Amino acid sequence: MHVPDGFLDAPTSIATGAVAVAGVAVALRRARTELDDRTAPMAGLVAAFIFAGQMVNFPVGTGTSGHLLGGALAAVLVGPWTGALCVSVVLMVQALLMADGGITALGTNVMLMALAGCFVGYLVFRAALVVLPRRLGSVAPAAGIAGLVSVPLVAAVFTLLFLVGGTAPVDAGAVLTAMLGWHTLIGIGEGLVTALVVGAVVASRPDLVHGARGLVISRLAGARTSTTAEEPAA
Amino acid sequence: MRRRAFFVTAFLAALLIAGFGSYYASAHPDGLQYVAEKTGFQDQAEDSKTADGPLANYETKGVEDERLGGGLAGVAGVLVVLVVMGGLAYAVRRGRPSRDEH
Repeated sequence: MHVPDGFLDAPTSIATGAVAVAGVAVALRRARTELDDRTAPMAGLVAAFIFAGQMVNFPVGTGTSGHLLGGALAAVLVGPWTGALCVSVVLMVQALLMADGGITALGTNVMLMALAGCFVGYLVFRAALVVLPRRLGSVAPAAGIAGLVSVPLVAAVFTLLFLVGGTAPVDAGAVLTAMLGWHTLIGIGEGLVTALVVGAVVASRPDLVHGARGLVISRLAGARTSTTAEEPAA
Repeated sequence: MRRRAFFVTAFLAALLIAGFGSYYASAHPDGLQYVAEKTGFQDQAEDSKTADGPLANYETKGVEDERLGGGLAGVAGVLVVLVVMGGLAYAVRRGRPSRDEH
């Protein structure tokens, strides 16, 4: 879903760039509340894993493909603000080193995949957790639903941007229908990967999963009072 | 699983996916590109200003072999992302682990 240079006109790119800069600035402040010595390495690994995952396009129907966006995954694993920073770093490295996604479109891509992807993903995740049974086993399916929903929503945001500031005249309905249709299919892949990865992390180290915080504590609270006895924090 | 073992496993998984698994990725255009072609705005796309870089398009300049060049670019990307985001996370974190929940 990386937007190349040239799709959106200059005013729109400047506007999305401003949104991206403001969003990342707020995320840098708020990520502080999500990160400590224990979870800081997790943020680096989540970003690295999303970079790797985005390289593996999976086929969708005939002649097209999709890849992990990672917004919901990052938001569930390290929190929405840190997650937005993770995806932003991935997009920056891709634009600068890999020529994947344009330079003037970097703000657009950060706004779409990092900010919208993480926050839509996190909101859907939280909503799904309210509906699902309140236990650790609900974290992975809730993350999967968040991944599934986030992709077509991000595609819809792109479509709105293109209708406002696109550089070619298009049939708005046709673009919206095609974007939503294909990205719902890609969203199924996103949801599966997100659920599998979150499930694997929850199974091995639930204490490192931001989205499982309340659930891990409540599960352990009855068993013993100290959860730090197993190993030192450093 | 101990924390260090978990981190090493996750790191190796990322390296393996980017360095090896990426070779098997679908080469078809992604959803956005495909829609852009079908609805008539793909021609608006411009070449990136970084398209001549040594790792552009997930290839390694000077390495003929597609599998090796792609794998090297993937591994390099994983390492750069890990260092940048890991460094950023350490820079903005609170000093000590916290037990409070939100």
